[in-house]
Amino acid sequence: MDNSHIAALGGLVLEASDTLNEATVHVAAEKIIEVLSLLKSRGFNRLSAVSGVDWHPREPRFELVYNLHALPLKGGKQERIRVKCRVSGAAPEIASAVPVWEGAGWYEREIFDLLGVTFTGHPDMRRLLMPEGWVGHPLRKDFPIHGHKYDYAENK
Amino acid sequence: MADTLVAPADLAPDALSAEAPRKGKRLMTLNMGPQHPSTHGVLRIVLELDGETIVSAKPDLGYLHTGIEKEMEVKTWQQAVTLTDRCDYLANLSNNLAYALGVEKMLGLEVPAKAQVSRVMLCELTRINSHLVWLGTHALDMGAMSMFFYCMREREEVLKLFEMFSGQRMMTSYIRIGGLALDHPRGWDKKVKAFVDDFPSKIDQYESLLDNNPIWKQRTIGVGALDVERMIALGVSGPMIRAAGVPWDVRVDEPYSSYEKFGVRVPTEFTNNDVYDRYRVRMFELRESCRLAKAAMEAMPEGPFQADAPKIVLPDREKMKTQMESLIYHFKIVTEGFTVPAGEVYVPVESPRGEIAYYIVSDGGNKPYRVHMRTPSFGNLQALEALFDRKSIADSIATLGSMDFVLGDTDR
Repeated sequence: MDNSHIAALGGLVLEASDTLNEATVHVAAEKIIEVLSLLKSRGFNRLSAVSGVDWHPREPRFELVYNLHALPLKGGKQERIRVKCRVSGAAPEIASAVPVWEGAGWYEREIFDLLGVTFTGHPDMRRLLMPEGWVGHPLRKDFPIHGHKYDYAENK
Repeated sequence: MADTLVAPADLAPDALSAEAPRKGKRLMTLNMGPQHPSTHGVLRIVLELDGETIVSAKPDLGYLHTGIEKEMEVKTWQQAVTLTDRCDYLANLSNNLAYALGVEKMLGLEVPAKAQVSRVMLCELTRINSHLVWLGTHALDMGAMSMFFYCMREREEVLKLFEMFSGQRMMTSYIRIGGLALDHPRGWDKKVKAFVDDFPSKIDQYESLLDNNPIWKQRTIGVGALDVERMIALGVSGPMIRAAGVPWDVRVDEPYSSYEKFGVRVPTEFTNNDVYDRYRVRMFELRESCRLAKAAMEAMPEGPFQADAPKIVLPDREKMKTQMESLIYHFKIVTEGFTVPAGEVYVPVESPRGEIAYYIVSDGGNKPYRVHMRTPSFGNLQALEALFDRKSIADSIATLGSMDFVLGDTDR
């Protein structure tokens, strides 16, 4: 891992690791936009994906994982880094990364839809994959695999 | 399908875009899809039209959402392979590979050379298969009916090869954690050779029909452009980004499964970022994939097709029947699977559509704790709104076709 990124982030990093040669930094959820903007200015121009993990019943329950990619436009050395932060299950909320990367939009909608984490400042915070009247968040660990009985709002 | 909508009379001049409609001007809301043939699957787009110009395009996803990521959490690690090829149904083997590489990395498993080279060969055949479906349907959208038949004719040959290797035409699940599902069938090399030797002449045939076709050129050149920086910010990858002049290919930049031995060439001469250049890039890739598949076939090493890891890979059938130890391993793998050390990986792979990466989390158990699929169609489709903005509705079909998405891949 290129340690200069860790050095540049300084006190924002809670923990850094390089397991399996994949650079990972843990940061506080409140600082996420600051961290992502700083890494973007250091060459990580691509947000490859945003993933959400439910660690139920542990707290803080939800983990958000930003996989960043430095992609030089005319070829050159590429790099990847993973930024992780945790939000509590009681009020799952975090600032949206859309102002930093437009492409975060659908990933955040997907996490909102399937895990129920709200992204503040997101321009279009609606469900993406499940039907609009759906109740619950299917990727949560306390949501049964077989689902609840179909329950669309219009059938009530 | 269509209904009209009168914009509010007091609409602010800049409410929709720079060229806002005049007061009380009629906008038309057009519902495109989900069963529209040129949406290539079940994509619904709500278009707001000002005459022929698209004022806004809102994609509506989820018609093919089948909860694959949730289902993977209740399958054992090896069982979950069968779900990976059910999302992108045109790039099954690329998805098998992305998942297998991730789990193998966590297990620290060394895959034998024969399996690695086979994976290269099969993934390149997958690219040919996928690009042929793209070419046939894209040309069909633009009125070139015969292209569809020619492309399906060659695609059938690729599917026959897949069937010969795995017993399945589409849902192959042939690439498994630790190697391949089965050894190569007898006479496989002759069949693959017959295809890769013949295929370049077929590409010439496609190009002779399209390259200088005035209708094709008029409908594609200069259509569907978008600023490169914006495309990257939106998460576009694959042939679309290469046609915009970014020579990025995961096979070259982060090689996996012995791709570094084959010297993958990335097209750099098509950089106009329009529908025509996306076509040129994919035609280049068809030739390149054919060359790579041939090179992999010729360089195929001898040896085992599965890793030497009795706790992970099912034992040979004969050994299972005669050796106590093999029988125990077989029983354990079939009943409870194997465990993967706690941790996480994110391994990118170049699929026909762009970057696939599976973010896999293990809690040390015998099932994946969480699998998130970063699929290329999802990233590419996100650019749809920007690509359609203030463009003519006639160009939207050409642009949509050039994006080459698979809705199963988007919705998972």
